[in-house]
Amino acid sequence: MPQALSGSLKKTPLNARHRASGARMVEFGGWDMPVEYSGIVDEHHAVRTRAGLFDVSHMGEIEIAGGGALAAVQHITTNDASRLAIGQAQYSALPTPEGTFVDDVLTYRLADDHYMLVVNASNIMKDFNWITAQIAGIGDAVAVNTSSRYALLAIQGPAAKDVLQTLTAIPLDSIKFYWFTTGEVAGVRATVSRTGYTGEDGFEVFVPPASAERVWDAILIAGRAAGVIPAGLGARDTLRLEASMRLYGNDIDETTTVLEADLGWTIGWKKDAFIGADVLRRQKAEGVARKLVGFEVLDRAIARHGHDVYVDGRKAGVVTSGTQTPFLKKAIGMAYVPIDRASAGSELEIDVRGRRVRAHVAPMPFYKRK
Amino acid sequence: MYPPDLKYTKDHEWVKISGAQAHVGITDYAQKQLGDIVYLELPEVGRQLNKGDVFGTIESVKAVSELYSPVSGEVTEVNRGLAEKPEAVNTKPHESWMIIVKVSGDAADLLDAAQYAELTK
Repeated sequence: MPQALSGSLKKTPLNARHRASGARMVEFGGWDMPVEYSGIVDEHHAVRTRAGLFDVSHMGEIEIAGGGALAAVQHITTNDASRLAIGQAQYSALPTPEGTFVDDVLTYRLADDHYMLVVNASNIMKDFNWITAQIAGIGDAVAVNTSSRYALLAIQGPAAKDVLQTLTAIPLDSIKFYWFTTGEVAGVRATVSRTGYTGEDGFEVFVPPASAERVWDAILIAGRAAGVIPAGLGARDTLRLEASMRLYGNDIDETTTVLEADLGWTIGWKKDAFIGADVLRRQKAEGVARKLVGFEVLDRAIARHGHDVYVDGRKAGVVTSGTQTPFLKKAIGMAYVPIDRASAGSELEIDVRGRRVRAHVAPMPFYKRK
Repeated sequence: MYPPDLKYTKDHEWVKISGAQAHVGITDYAQKQLGDIVYLELPEVGRQLNKGDVFGTIESVKAVSELYSPVSGEVTEVNRGLAEKPEAVNTKPHESWMIIVKVSGDAADLLDAAQYAELTK
């Protein structure tokens, strides 16, 4: 993949830390990001068995505030944000009128009339412009792109809680999965959220950019005895794929609907109209023609993004994500397939650079923590 | 760090020529660029290769790369054991031969260790 000059790329507040530690850097969504430090497999195992520390400051934050904030969030996202208490978060789609994805987001309820969407790095300006246009008619609601106000660190893995606890007075046990609170971490004011993108227990910590290095260093020092290491985008990708979390731009985009992506659980069917509701309700009633499924390759080969899927000798779909997973040691992936081949065990063929290899549909998630 | 008894290519393969036989593998620089190697696809014995031909595929967790033959000749042996444990390419790249080629024609244009080290600086 040709890489742009790093000088033209955006840098997170931790860029110097990554370079000093010898990380391999790549362009990702316009950002100069670490893809690996000690190696993807090593980092992947660390997160599954100990903990890994990720810099995900490239992610964007868009805040929506005002008396109409809830109405605005309900209109632009699929999930039912009225169910969120202050201090709670939910996964949601930012849908187009066709029921496809402008983006996928986490919606945080910061206060009564104040929400924050955490969005994908490559979509920040697209999302912000989209949201601003879509909520213009709602009245008392304003969207602000606050991405530059936050650095975001994710500590993920079974040791995450105990390591982070040594740096904060927040009782981390009291934060439930998909809840968050505010307090100090390593003497820095922070928002601490029990969320992640790895399939492990862990926390995402929002801090001011100027304090990011201090918190990064503190977590690595506090975690040294427990074997906590920095982890890059490479491990983040293999971890999220084992946990069957969708990646925007690969598994979901503006051509795939929320139901095709098998994310119907993110749709608040009981709420009033939202963008794309008509299409999604119709698809729910009539059924979808294709669906995103997990698969496991049966022959010795690795299916990857963009490889064609064949059913009965005919091209019938496409692989959206695929890799050899370091932990499960299998070639797995996700693909869109015809609905009559979407059940577990259905046989598929995948064209891996001209060679047809056998695969079958496998239940997701591939990995679930005990 | 690059063994002086091996020759190298700009495509980051190494070749160890002894008489008419050439062992072929990839360099330490190549394995570092690839990262954790998880899959190796090698040719059948008897395959005729011209210098620069693709003789196989190597995949890491994150990338796929083709393998180019540094010499012309016939594949006389394939390291099936390595294909079963391709991660050895990461740990011992210069000992992990992939194929043996019975060299036909000359093996010019290969780099020596110092030239290759300079190339990958």
